[in-house]
Amino acid sequence: MAENSLTFQGTKAQEEQLMSVIEQNKNVPGALLPVLHEAQEIYGYLPIEVQQMVADGLGVSLSEVFGVATFYSRFSLTPKGKHKISVCLGTACYVKGSDKILAEIENQLGIKSGECTPDGLFSIDSCRCVGACGLAPVMMIDEDVYGKLTPKEVGKILKKYMDEEGGAK
Amino acid sequence: MTLEELNKIKKENEELVMVRKVVKEKGEELAKHTQYRKQVLVCGGTGCTSSGSKKVVAALEAALKENGLEDEILVVRTGCFGLCSLGPIMIVYPEGAFYAQATPEGVAKIVKEHLKEGNIVKELLYKETVHEDGSITPLSETNFYKKQMRIALRNCGVIDPENIEEYIALDGYQGLYKALTSMTPDEVIKEVLDSGLRGRGGGGFPTGRKWMFAKASPGDVKYVCCNADEGDPGAFMDRSILEGDPQCIIEAMAIAGYAIGAHHGFVYVRAEYPIAVQRLSIAIEQAKKYGFLGKNILGTGFDFDLEIRLGAGAFVCGEETALMTSIEGNRGEPRPRPPFPAVKGLFEKPTVLNNVETYANIAQIIYKGSEWYSSIGTETSRGTKVFALGGKITNVGLVEIPMGTTLREIIEEIGGGIPNGKKFKAAQTGGPSGGCIPSEHIDTPIDYDSLLSIGSMMGSGGMIILDEDTCMVDIAKFYLEFTVDESCGKCTPCRVGTRKLLKYLDKITQGKGTMEDLENIDELAKHMQKSSLCALGQTAPNPILSTLHFFKDEYIAHIQDKTCPACVCKSLIRYEIIADKCKGCTLCARNCPVKAISGTVKQPHVIDADKCIKCGLCMSNCKFGAIITK
Repeated sequence: MAENSLTFQGTKAQEEQLMSVIEQNKNVPGALLPVLHEAQEIYGYLPIEVQQMVADGLGVSLSEVFGVATFYSRFSLTPKGKHKISVCLGTACYVKGSDKILAEIENQLGIKSGECTPDGLFSIDSCRCVGACGLAPVMMIDEDVYGKLTPKEVGKILKKYMDEEGGAK
Repeated sequence: MTLEELNKIKKENEELVMVRKVVKEKGEELAKHTQYRKQVLVCGGTGCTSSGSKKVVAALEAALKENGLEDEILVVRTGCFGLCSLGPIMIVYPEGAFYAQATPEGVAKIVKEHLKEGNIVKELLYKETVHEDGSITPLSETNFYKKQMRIALRNCGVIDPENIEEYIALDGYQGLYKALTSMTPDEVIKEVLDSGLRGRGGGGFPTGRKWMFAKASPGDVKYVCCNADEGDPGAFMDRSILEGDPQCIIEAMAIAGYAIGAHHGFVYVRAEYPIAVQRLSIAIEQAKKYGFLGKNILGTGFDFDLEIRLGAGAFVCGEETALMTSIEGNRGEPRPRPPFPAVKGLFEKPTVLNNVETYANIAQIIYKGSEWYSSIGTETSRGTKVFALGGKITNVGLVEIPMGTTLREIIEEIGGGIPNGKKFKAAQTGGPSGGCIPSEHIDTPIDYDSLLSIGSMMGSGGMIILDEDTCMVDIAKFYLEFTVDESCGKCTPCRVGTRKLLKYLDKITQGKGTMEDLENIDELAKHMQKSSLCALGQTAPNPILSTLHFFKDEYIAHIQDKTCPACVCKSLIRYEIIADKCKGCTLCARNCPVKAISGTVKQPHVIDADKCIKCGLCMSNCKFGAIITK
């Protein structure tokens, strides 16, 4: 957690939201997964502080929450970038060269898959199949899908997001 | 709801929906009976949404308004049509004009010229549907659709998945009605048993027998589960069914509930499928409103409810016991069987768990009868199978074929062949648990047993076509990397075995392998098959074993000759410039990140192999095809 360990900055409003989710699910059998999904939606990730709140709220041990949170790849214990890049490494994309797309993005941003840029703007992850195999190779930035990619196009796409950010400042 | 009410809804919507099922003249006649002159269907599945179908719909609606056509033309957002590589897809009925790769600009033209003035915009149609003499064929007559037989996908791309009445129009809930009012649970199970339906998730276990065991298990509380945790990378049929026809899953699960005596069901679906989750939620709400879920369904006293549980990105949760452990809120680790889920499953109660595609067949089997269903397919594999066709193939998309169709028919006719004039090398089925079918077996009929007999498996339905540019050792390594990532770690053979197998493959792709490694791989693989706890570990060696069986020469080339015949494995290839073709434009030298290319302007350049990091930038930049790999 070295470079990504930010101090927890949860707000009161977020906590209230989480508490109401826990309240609604308290008596549902197998509630832990649905609650963690919602908690990640609220906070963007699952820091230990949030896991502790979930554990207390559902009356289970922190180790159990931690065990579940670390088992599933969708749950993240570290914060993600403002823009989440996800490169598909499913078979259809891989066969069409998505490993080269991932390498190019890593190269351009200077970080590896699973990491976040120091300015917090981008984080890169790989995923297995977003189901858009007809457009292989594919990457997603937040909710937008970019298909039939070549390494050359990657720079242009990333620049679009960087420019937006520059403009916003 | 009574049968009269159900049939009334069916009748009210039938003509509207049938316009999309029948062709040309008949459709035109039917359209006159509806309030719309024409209907425009736009695919709202994940593939087409990714290529921009939302913008197309917005542009379409705006253009219709502008031309004052919004009361005459109906816009329907459907699920997947199957031809994902041509998205966004748009079809105009009753003429069945198939517009591919639609854009907002194109849509404006189509609205004006076609929908308003009645002239089909031929240059925007999918080219295979336009003949030289200018006439057009409907989609159902194209090579892609002709050989298909759609049962599980029957409503995908036809109905609006967010409108239960359109589902009812095409015999929806007739199967449930028939089961609840005129059949005993045992008769329902017998019908499914007689149909010969086998689990479509990959295992191929007879569905009826699963139901029979669950019914025979004592207990007041039982569960029905649906496995929609489609994890095989490259397979997307379950997602497409949930997106395109969610009601058929609800109906089937209610039928299963009636058959085994369960009143509660869970659909476990990947969180990575937001559109599927959303449509299924809407469908459940509508089914409740119309009385197909809840208390006293269709006035028969049968109660059944459904809820959705989201997965969280763990491939192992596609395994039945792991899936149930995950619904229970735990780490999704498998547990030993027996006891089988039919005896002791979810929350320790008897449970039936089937895959999405399996359920998609159920309502039709009950409604039309097992005799009809079992007349399709081969002796041991009845019915149809949906495949997600991907990789090096022209028509990437979703196809449903009767069992027994040959691989050649799928690739050459439905799939439209291999692009760029390349040669077919192998088809990979069954994903990380499966194997490959090499070109010498291209005439193998596709069914459960013939695929097993050549060392592959049906799997859940991913079918990746590989051409001569694919290295089989690299593909085996790709799948092993996947299983290493996804092994849950509970049992040693899988946790340690997958890592060791990957190490051997790493060695081989780096040119450091020995022939002894091949023997060790074989031995280790056999131990894993026998001693792993669940199917993930038991089948993890399959991609290696089958490539090793059919493409041993490629492994040997990597080991003994230190070459990669397909020029994929980085450590074993080198980039070279063909002096005759090089014009000395300097583009490669300028783009090389490590300055490994030297030469003067207008003179052939040279690559310094010691400096080269094999990034391939020079090759992708060269305009003259002068750079090759060896």
